[in-house]
Amino acid sequence: MTTMASPLRAARDTSVIVRRNLLRNVRLPQLLVFATVQPVMFLLLFNYVFGGAIGRAIPPAAGGEYINWLIPGLLIQVAAFGAGQTALGLTEDLSKGVIDRFRSLPMARSAVLAGRTFADVIRNGAVITLMLVVGFLIGFRWQTNILGMVGGLAVAMAFSFSMSWVMALIGLTVKNPEAVQSAVFIPVFPLVFASSVFVPTETMPSWLRAFADNQPVTAMTNAIRGLVLGEGALPVGHTVAGDVLTALAWAAGILVVFVPLAVRAYRRIT
Amino acid sequence: MSERPIVVAEGITKRFGDIVALDDVDLCIEPGMIYGLLGPNGAGKTTLIRVLTTLLRPEAGRAEVAGVDVLTDPQEARRHLGLAGQFAAVDDYLTGRENVEMVGRLYGLDAREAKRRTAEILERIGLADAADRTVRTYSGGMQRRLDLAASMVGEPQVLFLDEPTTGIDPKSRIDIWLLIQDLIARGTTILLTTQYLDEADRLADRLAVIDHGKVISEGTADELKDRLGGAVIEVSVGDDVRPQVLEALRSVCGEEPKIDPVNGSVTVAAPDGPRSLTRVVLALDEAGIVPDDIGLRKPTLDDVFLALTGHVAEEITVATEMSPGNRKRRGFAFGRSER
Ligand SMILES: Nc1ncnc2c1ncn2[C@@H]1O[C@H](COP(=O)(O)OP(=O)(O)OP(=O)(O)O)[C@@H](O)[C@H]1O
Ligand SMILES: [Mg+2]
Repeated sequence: MTTMASPLRAARDTSVIVRRNLLRNVRLPQLLVFATVQPVMFLLLFNYVFGGAIGRAIPPAAGGEYINWLIPGLLIQVAAFGAGQTALGLTEDLSKGVIDRFRSLPMARSAVLAGRTFADVIRNGAVITLMLVVGFLIGFRWQTNILGMVGGLAVAMAFSFSMSWVMALIGLTVKNPEAVQSAVFIPVFPLVFASSVFVPTETMPSWLRAFADNQPVTAMTNAIRGLVLGEGALPVGHTVAGDVLTALAWAAGILVVFVPLAVRAYRRIT
Repeated sequence: MSERPIVVAEGITKRFGDIVALDDVDLCIEPGMIYGLLGPNGAGKTTLIRVLTTLLRPEAGRAEVAGVDVLTDPQEARRHLGLAGQFAAVDDYLTGRENVEMVGRLYGLDAREAKRRTAEILERIGLADAADRTVRTYSGGMQRRLDLAASMVGEPQVLFLDEPTTGIDPKSRIDIWLLIQDLIARGTTILLTTQYLDEADRLADRLAVIDHGKVISEGTADELKDRLGGAVIEVSVGDDVRPQVLEALRSVCGEEPKIDPVNGSVTVAAPDGPRSLTRVVLALDEAGIVPDDIGLRKPTLDDVFLALTGHVAEEITVATEMSPGNRKRRGFAFGRSER
């Protein structure tokens, strides 16, 4: 029988791995900078190119500014794209033999995946914050209060964490660092663009809207909009509390499905 | 050597689809020795190491490390083993010290003990000065040594080193040999794989020659050589008369001679030593053949390998600084193809 690792040991090993994964970002700050460039480009592009046109379609709760509507969505976009790092990091470790080394050590088995996903959520938190700062500089203002903003960030982090486990499964399945670069976009692209991130779903054809209204990225975005802009920013009939609960249920649901799948894939590495 | 073996493998079989990577492999390693696993590319060396280090479950067989069954109690087995894989598994963006300390922590050492052992090991392997530089500034040989350091930090009883010197320069190769010898002096048992005959000859107390997943010969280097008889006859001839030379050697020595694919020379075990040689010379003379060179010599591991597998021996040149006067020495690597 496998010796049962104590929860304490698991926590300690996880923190060792978290530290190791984060150090890479500290030693190579360009990683974080470039990770922020892409969302900032999205931010500028959508705000200045499409903002004028889309701005008319957004609810008045956004204070008449498209950027106020856009930022909550972009937080979720960054969370989703950033989670792809989990897949990349794991395939890199796999191909370099680092995972082999870990698996040959008497460490807690759970620590490699937990350490990876926790480190990535911290890293994504940093990227999200950086983007928020840029947003603030070009005019974003929350319409509720600071607590709403903090709550919104928490929702984004919860989503980032749950998506990291989806990406862990993708990384452990695809295994090849080059192939995984494209593989991570497959679930993320449709989720992010067929959602309420950039435009209200009311403007979409009904078949697309049926998908957009019932998928996690929209749920997360709505929850943050409710928290940051107030109930007026939500589709008719939605409440802030209701949308936050829906969002958290999505995060929990994703974790319930994908943590066991990722753990199983990890155990089956050969 | 009456102690209980520290590594045991019995009937290990591992398939990947149609490929039989390991075919009923048995292995028995006494504590405190360097055991060499010698074989060409694709022989199954890495696969066997992966089974013994709990990374891979075989379809059949059992294996034990330090008295612990690796298949039924892998987590306990991991406490007693260290692995340095075929490619250095070190983090580029951590310093050498951080790399080793991390592994120490994951062996379960507390922070202070991990620090202490790391400092001591880095000193011992000559990386103390580079300890606080990030690994991406290290040379290939330094990374290999660092990888070794990481595998040692848990002070495991058995170290598994998969081709520890492949792809590094001759100077670093010597450094690693010295390190391995130092470890043995400290009572560690080492299983190492290699494609280099001179490395196996120089380091390993015992050897298993493995090919197509099978152990085809096992023993000390001398035993393996002795199995070819005490001596071999080697004849260098041109292509035109080689068939007649083969015929003469076959009839005198009663065995199929081997052609060295690199230099085309023909070798065969000489059952009666010098008398066999005399007979061969007479036979060739009668046939009117004058070889470029002919002689009797002690068998090398090269001959052993060629006789056992018939594989191409790839020649590499290694400046062996341990040899007197830093003279050039030839080493041999096997392979059916370039990596
Ligand atoms: N994960 C795998 N999936 C499929 N086939 C594999 C896998 N690992 C090894 N093999 C195959 O098993 C055989 C043995 O491979 P192994 O890596 O053990 O050889 P090796 O002796 O270490 O070779 P090398 O000197 O090239 O490192 C090879 O034919 C190889 O292609
Ligand atoms: Mg190998």
